[in-house]
Amino acid sequence: MKTLRIGYNSCGIAAGAEETLNKLQELLAGKPGFEIVKTGCNGMCFIEPIVDVIENETIYTYGDLTVDKVEKLVERLEKGEHIDEWIVVHPERDTEYSSYLDKQSKVATQNIGKIDPDSIDGYITAGGYQALEKVVKTMSPQDVINEIKDSGLRGRGGAGFSCGMKWQFAKDAPGDEKYMICNGDEGDPGAFMDRSTLEGDPHGVLEGLSIGAYAVGAKDGFFYVRAEYPLAVKRLKMAIEQAKEKQLLGNNIFGSNFSLDIHVIEGAGAFVCGEETALIASIEGKRGMPRTRPPFPANSGLWGKPTNNNNVETYANIPWIIRNGAAEFAKHGTKTSKGTKVFALAGKIKRGGMIEVPMGITINEVLHDIGGGIQNDRKCKAVQMGGPSGGCIPAELHDTPIDYESITATGAIMGSGGMVFMDEETCMVDVARFFLSFTVEESCGKCTFCRIGTKKMLEILERITSGDGREEDPETLQNLGESIIKGSLCGLGQTAPNPVLTTLRYFKHEYDAHIKDHKCPAKKCKALITYRIDEEKCNGCHLCIKVCPVGATSGKPKEPHKIDPEICTRCGFCKDACKFNAIVVD
Amino acid sequence: MAQDLSYVDSVLDRFKGKKGTLITILQQVQSHKGFLEKEALARVAKNIGISTARIYGIVTFYAQFRLTPVGKHLIRVCHGTACHVQNADGLTEATSQELGIETGETTPDRLFTLESVACLGCCSLAPVIMIGEKVFGKLSTDKVRKVIKDYKKKEKAQ
Repeated sequence: MKTLRIGYNSCGIAAGAEETLNKLQELLAGKPGFEIVKTGCNGMCFIEPIVDVIENETIYTYGDLTVDKVEKLVERLEKGEHIDEWIVVHPERDTEYSSYLDKQSKVATQNIGKIDPDSIDGYITAGGYQALEKVVKTMSPQDVINEIKDSGLRGRGGAGFSCGMKWQFAKDAPGDEKYMICNGDEGDPGAFMDRSTLEGDPHGVLEGLSIGAYAVGAKDGFFYVRAEYPLAVKRLKMAIEQAKEKQLLGNNIFGSNFSLDIHVIEGAGAFVCGEETALIASIEGKRGMPRTRPPFPANSGLWGKPTNNNNVETYANIPWIIRNGAAEFAKHGTKTSKGTKVFALAGKIKRGGMIEVPMGITINEVLHDIGGGIQNDRKCKAVQMGGPSGGCIPAELHDTPIDYESITATGAIMGSGGMVFMDEETCMVDVARFFLSFTVEESCGKCTFCRIGTKKMLEILERITSGDGREEDPETLQNLGESIIKGSLCGLGQTAPNPVLTTLRYFKHEYDAHIKDHKCPAKKCKALITYRIDEEKCNGCHLCIKVCPVGATSGKPKEPHKIDPEICTRCGFCKDACKFNAIVVD
Repeated sequence: MAQDLSYVDSVLDRFKGKKGTLITILQQVQSHKGFLEKEALARVAKNIGISTARIYGIVTFYAQFRLTPVGKHLIRVCHGTACHVQNADGLTEATSQELGIETGETTPDRLFTLESVACLGCCSLAPVIMIGEKVFGKLSTDKVRKVIKDYKKKEKAQ
């Protein structure tokens, strides 16, 4: 019996997994000896669609298995053969991609890419719901909290507060009516860990939240998931229904007094709702605006009742910790940052995808050993961590170990796990401007410093990238940034200046080049660059004339063409279209 | 003639007496026509017992809610960090040129609406766009034109 296991998360589907699956089903229909199962994403998004061929528990992983390759693969598999050059992870020998997996340790993502997320039986076979059973039958709520405290697990949403402590506060808060929230409003552009986790192992997150609900004494749980993640919502809802059927949710779970109801709320698209008090307001049906703390949600949260809120990844760690013990979890990581962390690798990195690594690994190890370096073998300039709340860490500091304290010391933050790598072609002033334009859009408007301050910073950055920067601008940005941090109520405002402050700290020379020399070293900022045609390379094919939206390119067929810089809008279409690399940017 | 708002009522009935469902109600009402019409908002407000102004405040706070009709194909160009550094601006420009509309607009034949979004969470395939619920990854300005042209062709054939 051969099992063909296909990665069927959003990323896989976007890469063509649906077509691959349809073809497999068509070719294998009615053939004995084969079964096809769907699974989540094993993290190797860069080489999807992915199909594992499993025979007697031996796994051959095929990558980039687009629909056109399916017929040939099936043909060979039927003969009992493999196609060696298509295998990206081989059970017996190293491949080009082996190093992607070698340095990873999977805890929160242990099941993703292995089990069928639509099947509760698959999850149970993999050991699912054993932790919940153990907790309900053999542990007191305080035992559970002690175990989580001992594990050293810190909130994976970004701030890194002790998960056990948080649960303790909610448990100790007076009142019978308490709530448990799972924050799946993954808003950081450049992060997709929570999407992949909810799509690939919804039961794992559900079990984690259930264990937490038992510990703090909550009878209702809320999942708040971005509406932009339709597949995650669908699979989560299905998981809840299946758990209810098996009486793993609802009244008297495992015959105990513990009862739990779960509700799914789809976020309606507001970044600030990642902040817990704003998220709570949103569930209550209000504008998602944060409020002052204290009182903390542990004492007065949803509808004024004690409420505990953790993010998706935090909950995904819980079943593993209960099953394997706090000590086993704490073996991973550093003194203050225990366990593993899930990251989404993206940007100019060769192998973009989702990884889980022990805390303490360096950025360089992630970039080179796992990620395979920068695309086209260019030089890495920086990595952006923590999204709009985080900062850019320059390549010189990439031997920094990844733990909460070391990353914070660089001026960035651990954040929820987005790592966007940038090369020499990325303009750091433009990156800062990009994040500020995001924050300006997403600021809820409650605090003056955040509402107006970020707008002013954006105006200055726009001025600099359009070539009208003033000498005093960097200093003004610095002052404004520091004031916004002091004058804002919630995490959004308090961290919004970070992308600007870190680029000012590490890439001041790029700001200077824009302001003083009117040059964009990365050749990105349109006002500071010009396009021309290299006459040696141009063969007069007319393609650039065809794609130019403003008619700036001209020339006779088979003769070198020209670009009129007065008309050119620097959209770059001609550069993308040219087959001869004849378009030069100065 | 009075407008048929029975679809609003059926949503409201389903959530009668349940706490914390306003956002969900608005989402489900919107799913019927692709946008929230004024009369529908007034009906929801009256039913829940809050002012229409308050509902308006909530609706305009969240990016998902829209007050104007949307085209048959909603094209969302991702402008997340990963897509931004991989030339998302170029994709928007190319799409906009291909359709003859700016971001936020709908084509006169009501077939396409062009939007930009903060992040679709498919960063490893950057730059990406989403048409309806289908994601297209690893695009270039050239490839995105082809995608749009294919959609236009299909529409013409119908």
